[in-house]
Amino acid sequence: MAGVVAAPAGQAGLAAAPARGLPADSTPWLLLAPATLALVILFLLPIGYVLLLSVTDPAVSIAHYRRIFSVPLYTRVLFNTFTTALTVTGVCLLLGYPVAYVMARRSDWVSTALLICVAVCFWTGFIVRTYAWLVILGNKGPVVAVYQAFGFGAPPRLLFTTFSSILGMVHILLPYMVLALYSVMKKIDPNLLRASASLGARPAASFRAVYLPLTLPGVVNGSILVFTICLGFFITPILLGTPKDMMISQLINQQIEELLAWGFASAVAVVLLVATSIVLAVYNRFAGLDRLWG
Amino acid sequence: MGTGYLRLRNVVKSYDGRVNAVDDIGIDIAKGEFITFLGPSGSGKTTTLMMIAGFEEPTSGTIELDGKDLTRQKPYERNIGVVFQNYALFPHMTVAKNVAFPLKMRGAPRGDIARRVDEALDLVGLRAFAGRYPRELSGGQQQRVALARGLVFRPDVLLLDEPLGALDKNLREQMQVELKRIHREVGITMVYVTHDQTEAMTMSDRVAVFNQGKLEQVAPPLEAYHRPATRFVGEFIGDSNFLAGRLDPAGTLLVDGVGEIGGVGPRPGLGGGGPVHVLIRPERLRVPAQEAPTSFAKVVKMVVGGTVNYGDSLLLIGKMGEVPLRVRVSGGQSSAIQEGAVISVGWALEDMHLIAKA
Repeated sequence: MAGVVAAPAGQAGLAAAPARGLPADSTPWLLLAPATLALVILFLLPIGYVLLLSVTDPAVSIAHYRRIFSVPLYTRVLFNTFTTALTVTGVCLLLGYPVAYVMARRSDWVSTALLICVAVCFWTGFIVRTYAWLVILGNKGPVVAVYQAFGFGAPPRLLFTTFSSILGMVHILLPYMVLALYSVMKKIDPNLLRASASLGARPAASFRAVYLPLTLPGVVNGSILVFTICLGFFITPILLGTPKDMMISQLINQQIEELLAWGFASAVAVVLLVATSIVLAVYNRFAGLDRLWG
Repeated sequence: MGTGYLRLRNVVKSYDGRVNAVDDIGIDIAKGEFITFLGPSGSGKTTTLMMIAGFEEPTSGTIELDGKDLTRQKPYERNIGVVFQNYALFPHMTVAKNVAFPLKMRGAPRGDIARRVDEALDLVGLRAFAGRYPRELSGGQQQRVALARGLVFRPDVLLLDEPLGALDKNLREQMQVELKRIHREVGITMVYVTHDQTEAMTMSDRVAVFNQGKLEQVAPPLEAYHRPATRFVGEFIGDSNFLAGRLDPAGTLLVDGVGEIGGVGPRPGLGGGGPVHVLIRPERLRVPAQEAPTSFAKVVKMVVGGTVNYGDSLLLIGKMGEVPLRVRVSGGQSSAIQEGAVISVGWALEDMHLIAKA
């Protein structure tokens, strides 16, 4: 009889062992809880509120959205935001690729020096760097001084132009591009280029057929980073740019600060959010978001 | 040896201007030969290979192929295939595209490319994997693709840089056989770099033993094994006993801790009573109780300090007086010999190889 009783007891003991305390599979959820809570309170709720404002303030309607896409001024801001972001991304790619290439291919002090330059640039606040451009390009700045020293006469207007705005943004976003490219390039086995050379590929052919395709993930990552950050850029275009090149975040700021048009500003913000999400969704579809940071 | 196909003349490579990573290497490699560069890491064997490939430029000296000076040619101007230890397959190309790559770079016609890629993949038995990507293949399969890619453009020479180093033991042996078969079928000159002496012994027509940037010996594997030119070669290839001795002009060898051995005879370059290394391979030492002792030049007593059983053979590690000695006997004899036993060990004149002490 004792044996019969003991058997179920033993089984119960076995079954109970993993269940001591909490179920084993609850640990990840516990670890995620603080971040989830913070995200919900600080991010999802405000965004939900913005979404709500955009269709309820001052009255329930989708008139704000209709206005964004029908009034030429606003469509121009949207268009300008995208073309500016594209330009900045393109310039960053053209300038950043050779830098990252040299950083990844050299293993001596040149590589280290470049890495330090890029990192310092990366860590210096972007407001500081924006103000630096105000000084450099300003009327009493070095560029104008050099221009006049050569006797070229009145310098062209540099500051508060599309040029200075894009220059500033490129300067701030370039490290993102370089680091995204560098992290991918550094992982490319140098023997692949040796193999390619031994198989008869001249340097240009090697680059085109082997190196460039292998760095494409870095190109895509860097471009996505720069493009999405640039879409929402605010301070630099305001300080360095011209009002006619207004970007979407300037529009949001103007609507709130000057006009107190919370509803319309929210609608514009939602458009920006959706546009950025579409870019990331397309990226995720083809590459996987988890690879964005290398 | 004036008929080398691939000839290295006084090749020196120095990275810092002070130390020579490769120090005055001269070697003639015959057409169709399978030669192995053998040596420990840092001995200069890989650097020499990289200079043949054109990835490194010699500080001085020349490299000639079929009478033409290659020394300053870029890798892509040479017609030399390279197989790397980590395969170096292009990860973004399929197996077929990888193998087609050298043909494409040479502007071969499309139909020709397809046919030759198929041939090369047949050679390594991977035709069925043409559409796969390298990451979908095992290490051994990837190495075979690298081989096919290195052979498909019919290079003058195929260089192999520790190609089996990343494979496990069984696969490595399988690939050794495979490589030898391919060498036979294609008849191409192969230069093979390894630090694995077994690989060098089993595969090569000749081995070139590197040490500290210098060539110690270039010889067929058995000659390097039985008649090493230097003590380093004798120690690097196979297991060895080195005794110190002196050979007098009359042909009598005086071995430290052993005594006189007569009739060794005058040997070229060793006569003057100068110090010599006496090499006796452990398997050339015999235990007389089990063999006829008549032909022995010397029989000594050895105290067995320890034994290592390999199954097919038994290694006895012990001392002859103060001199350490290693004796390898076949597995069948092993049962009688215990640690601590004192046994007689003998060897014949031809079991000794003398090397002048530098």
